[in-house]
Amino acid sequence: MEFFAWCMIAAGFGMAIGSFGTGLGQGLAIKSAVEGVARNPGASGKILTTMMIGLAMIESLAIYVFVVCMIILFANPFTAQVVELAAK
Amino acid sequence: MIHPFLILQWLEEKLHLHLGEHVTYTWFVMIVLILLAFAASRAVKEVPSGLQNFMEVVVGGVENLIEETMGPKGKAYFPLIASFALFILVSNLIALIPGFYPPTANLNTNAALALTVFAMTHIIGFKEHGFSYLKHFMGPILVLAPLMFIIEIIGHLARPLSLSLRLFGNMYGHEIVLMIFFALVPFLLPVPMMLMGVLVACIQTFVFTLLAMIYIAGALEEAH
Repeated sequence: MEFFAWCMIAAGFGMAIGSFGTGLGQGLAIKSAVEGVARNPGASGKILTTMMIGLAMIESLAIYVFVVCMIILFANPFTAQVVELAAK
Repeated sequence: MIHPFLILQWLEEKLHLHLGEHVTYTWFVMIVLILLAFAASRAVKEVPSGLQNFMEVVVGGVENLIEETMGPKGKAYFPLIASFALFILVSNLIALIPGFYPPTANLNTNAALALTVFAMTHIIGFKEHGFSYLKHFMGPILVLAPLMFIIEIIGHLARPLSLSLRLFGNMYGHEIVLMIFFALVPFLLPVPMMLMGVLVACIQTFVFTLLAMIYIAGALEEAH
């Protein structure tokens, strides 16, 4: 049953590390976008669209981590084997 | 990790059918959209009012977005893009109604949508450029073409994966967060998360349609 405890830990740490990097990346992207709008408010529409695409791309990294965490927690492919081994 | 009570699932059990909840709710969204389109265009007037006015604003907004991102050539793909936008928006937003499950919180629905985009980009590319569409994959230098070809193929295959997983992760994650908050403190605490859900639903619709438009526009333009 130690396996499942480690699964929880792995999922938690994975999500934490994933969102850490994603947060930094999105912060940098928004910083540049805000600077761009402050210098040239006329281009705000174009900047908003480009920023949205960029943010979506960066965010998908965190989403991949989330999906992997969900697989580890709820759809772990090794669950049956581990339960079988533990029953022995 | 879904809503404790799903109204269409309950109906399905009464009728002894065996369909996934994403299938029944996809049908539900389709019926809603068809009825909406029918009701809005039943009596088209010169000076619109009520529902027709609302739908004109929505459709006009999508049309402007296509004009901005794809140029005049993109007008032909308006029906595809607009139905993506409307379908995803409505199916994201029904998550906020109790007893309704968003079909986009299931990977199968999103994979279907993303594979449609993937297939359409290449069909449009071949239709527009003929056989020279392959130049899109070759890169600028002919000597490096075999190398670029592999990289481009991987890049193109990653598109449906990222499109479907992004939408799935956002909607499913929001659903799970909502359920966890609901289990912790059922009173008023989930409300801010539901407000964020409206935001997430709109932004993800925007992102999906925008990326679909950019992929199609990429297939339309000349090879570099």
